[in-house]
Amino acid sequence: MSDTTWDPSKPILEIENLSISFFTRLREIPAVMDFSCTVMAGEAMGLVGESGCGKSTVALAVMRDLGKNGRIVGGSIKFKGRDLTHMTEEELRHIRGSEIAMIYQEPMASLNPAMKIGAQLAEVPMIHQGMARDDAWKLARQIVADVRLPDPDRILNSYPHQLSGGQQQRIVIAMALMSKPALLILDEPTTALDVTVEAGIVDLVKALGEKYGTSMLFISHNLGLVLDVCDRLCVMYSGEAVETGNVEEVFDKMRHPYTQALFRSIPLPGADKNSRPLVAIPGNFPLPHERPKGCNFGPRCNYFVEGRCNALDIPMADVPDGHRHESRCLRFAEIDWSAPPAAGKTVEKTAIGKVVLKLEDLKKYYSVGSSAFGGGMKKVVKANETLSFEAREGETLAIVGESGCGKSTFAKVLMGLETATSGQIMLFDENVQSTPIQMRGTGTISKLQMVFQNPFDTLNPSSTVGRQIIRALEIFDYGTSDAEREARMLELLDLVKLPRAFADRMPRQLSGGQKQRVGIARAFAGGAKVVVADEPVSALDVSVQAAVTDLLMDIQRKNKTTLLFISHDLSIVRYLSDRVMVMYLGHVVEMGTTDQVFAPPYHPYTEALLSAVPIADTRVQKQRIVLEGDIPSAVNPPPGCPFQTRCRWKAQVPGGLCDREVPPVRTLDGGHQIKCHLSDEVLAKMEPVIKIAAE
Amino acid sequence: MLSFVLRRIGVMILTAFALTFVVFYMTNLPPNLEKLAKSEASVRMDDDAVASWLAENGHTGPVLMRYGEWLGLLPGWTLTAEDGKVTGRCIEDGMDPAAAPTRCGILQGNWGYSTVFKATVSDVLARSLGATGWLMLWVMIVMVPSSLLLGVLSGMREGSRTDRVLSTFAITTTATPEYVSGVILIALLASATAGISPILAEAGWIEGKTLFPGTATSAMDDITFWNFFLPVMTIALYGIGYIARMTRASMTEVMTQQYIRTARLKGVAFRDVVMKHALRNALIAPFTVIMLQFPWLLNGVVIVETLFNYKGFGWTLVQAAGNNDIDTLLACSVVAVFVVLVTQLISDIGYVFLNPRIRLA
Repeated sequence: MSDTTWDPSKPILEIENLSISFFTRLREIPAVMDFSCTVMAGEAMGLVGESGCGKSTVALAVMRDLGKNGRIVGGSIKFKGRDLTHMTEEELRHIRGSEIAMIYQEPMASLNPAMKIGAQLAEVPMIHQGMARDDAWKLARQIVADVRLPDPDRILNSYPHQLSGGQQQRIVIAMALMSKPALLILDEPTTALDVTVEAGIVDLVKALGEKYGTSMLFISHNLGLVLDVCDRLCVMYSGEAVETGNVEEVFDKMRHPYTQALFRSIPLPGADKNSRPLVAIPGNFPLPHERPKGCNFGPRCNYFVEGRCNALDIPMADVPDGHRHESRCLRFAEIDWSAPPAAGKTVEKTAIGKVVLKLEDLKKYYSVGSSAFGGGMKKVVKANETLSFEAREGETLAIVGESGCGKSTFAKVLMGLETATSGQIMLFDENVQSTPIQMRGTGTISKLQMVFQNPFDTLNPSSTVGRQIIRALEIFDYGTSDAEREARMLELLDLVKLPRAFADRMPRQLSGGQKQRVGIARAFAGGAKVVVADEPVSALDVSVQAAVTDLLMDIQRKNKTTLLFISHDLSIVRYLSDRVMVMYLGHVVEMGTTDQVFAPPYHPYTEALLSAVPIADTRVQKQRIVLEGDIPSAVNPPPGCPFQTRCRWKAQVPGGLCDREVPPVRTLDGGHQIKCHLSDEVLAKMEPVIKIAAE
Repeated sequence: MLSFVLRRIGVMILTAFALTFVVFYMTNLPPNLEKLAKSEASVRMDDDAVASWLAENGHTGPVLMRYGEWLGLLPGWTLTAEDGKVTGRCIEDGMDPAAAPTRCGILQGNWGYSTVFKATVSDVLARSLGATGWLMLWVMIVMVPSSLLLGVLSGMREGSRTDRVLSTFAITTTATPEYVSGVILIALLASATAGISPILAEAGWIEGKTLFPGTATSAMDDITFWNFFLPVMTIALYGIGYIARMTRASMTEVMTQQYIRTARLKGVAFRDVVMKHALRNALIAPFTVIMLQFPWLLNGVVIVETLFNYKGFGWTLVQAAGNNDIDTLLACSVVAVFVVLVTQLISDIGYVFLNPRIRLA
């Protein structure tokens, strides 16, 4: 095969039996084994899997950038027919950036903070095409306009920190497109962004892929996103590709137990915590040096057969009647794939009791001084504006919104880490709005607890799990003797379904899901009545999310706990909450039962939010609403309605009312509240964003 | 920006007042003054004589008032003796008291009289600062480029052989204080009996007995490579190691950043990755360190100037401190305070230019 000519009907990227290992002082750790995949010209290939499955390693191997410890130990990566694994640094340098470009997960970290955007962009054609500086800047300006950024000249002359996250990611995309590469590798390009921003980026990537005919390798853990973007898909598990094929085929006719288990563990429309609960994948992801013999997924698989699945290494096999559809399962021909999941235990809906938490006109303002010398104007950040709601016993109230909407501030005020500027918080019969946590009684503190977002940082790394729970019990004045507290601690471990032996373990010996269970045990140690769960599962892998969510629901049923579930993930909110509160820039823009919020009439923001969430179901048809621009800064919110700068319904309100006045809270049928100027007729005309096509 | 600088200068002035007051108070403690009286007038004075000498020379009165006089904010003291002769802080010998200015402190340019050097402090300071200025200039010229080069070279490939060799060198030099390295250098290069000089002299390769002279006194009039090499290297070696370590740490950190990976995967050659992408980010931290080295150099020159008998600022400070020369000591402290504050201001402002993420308001 010649180096210069390349037949476009041949694959752009052809990975064959690739194996990659990392070498540590102790041992060789295989990260990717026997991985094969082919990307044709103009095709978008999705790589899906949980963290640690090796998908990013594959991407870096294509770039030949595995660092000092990583090495390709077998197989080949052919790009346009040339084997990348045997290229010299110099040859690689000509391919990187010009023929293969990469888009990264964290845009802020991937841009040089001390270089102007323009210089960083112009550098690419200057290196690869030897373009003159002025021409390169001109091209940069054109590409910046192509990625739909406003005011390209200003952007070219700014530094990365002067742009928002979404804008930065567009710049990273622009940088990758500067020399019209044949292959684009996207490594979780939207994970660090808000959903509405993510929707814009995904649209852009799709449009640019079509415009330039670029092939894509799209790495993500989000199945919904892959369905949106990709043509083909490769599911990875523990260093191996387990299933590959066309996206629709894999989604609708999956032929590997892991793919199936993955789909059953994510909340799709139609799942319900009571009637159709999620099915979590049992067990944990194997560590790279502790992989089982035979099928890696064997120990967690429902279809496991002793002596067969764990006998020999399992090769990829073609699925009959499939279109380039392969699966790494010995039994895929025997399994009845259309069988419904083993009927999950359905449970009665928990009865909703009396009001336990009541907020009235809660406000929290921060004043931002401009200098240490007190000069300049004081700025006020309105983090929470007139929050009023009540939460009842046994109820799950979800608080939804993008970053900066004030949901975490609200949690802080409620917990007593901050005090409210005005308004009232009634917890049972106690007024707690201006009592900081140090002044609250043990009773109040143990009744009101929190489960935190990041289980990795919230446990003391130098104290055992059991000790940490006992410490919480001591603080809550539980029991009279150490023995009593010890017994209670073991009960709590049972409650969160951890083995009692875990009491003596250190946090570092636990997986993310197990740590979060410890966090939950700690929160419920004092018999908490109200629990604020701040994105409790967003840092966890999909297969673990279901298990932790179920656990929370279980405990809630047992203890009749009121759960305030803070999240940006609407799928999980729809799955588990009874009522939903949508926040935008400190305002509650919509509140109602889950059914009310997820069906029209919507608040325009909720509508956009719903449309932005990618759903991993081929039957779902969505109305595409992409919000323009960024969330306004809370220091300088727009006058009138907070959402007016991005609202697509604004023209329907006569007289520019949206520019002038904050809309009043209107109560529609069934106590559904909306903060919007739109007339009843317009609201009635709204169509559902998500439709499930008839089967 | 301007308001930031103005505010910083305001803070600097306040700091300068506070620091000079502390030094003033310490140097003007009663035992010091007593020593001064005895050394100026007569060693055999009894306590009453000391007290009256102090009163005659304006060393009594509240500390704050004397501090004000020294600064030149308050009018200088005057005293009319029994014979009608008027003496005062601002009245020099043989001067008409009426023509003398009322205030004379450092603000008016009157730094006082050095009891050791028998000259006005301003003259002493000007001469010694000039000498030290040359020394520091050459130290900086040697130290800054070589340390940055060392740091960048060892930091760009962490753990490589170059890194280990250079790091060993840097750690060794920075672990050796000036009074040790100075002695070693002299023994090695400037001794007629030890080191390499005897060997060279025997072979007839050098004219004198030693390769380098052991003092730098001749550099007061004429700086040459030969008479300045040893003092400059003694100070610079320590700083080279220190700044090189800082630069290396900052460089290795920058090289692991994601934007360096971005640059690499854009196809930028390694040399350009280092020069264009890493260098500016890596220099942010060492820049502050280099600026803080200036005050530290003042410290180093005390040892080196004494060691090499170079009559600069450090040597003067040692002489003044050893001989209870209050006015010179005070003046030296003012200079030191000034150097520290100014270099910090420069470091803050320079930081802004290096790091676009910092904005001054």
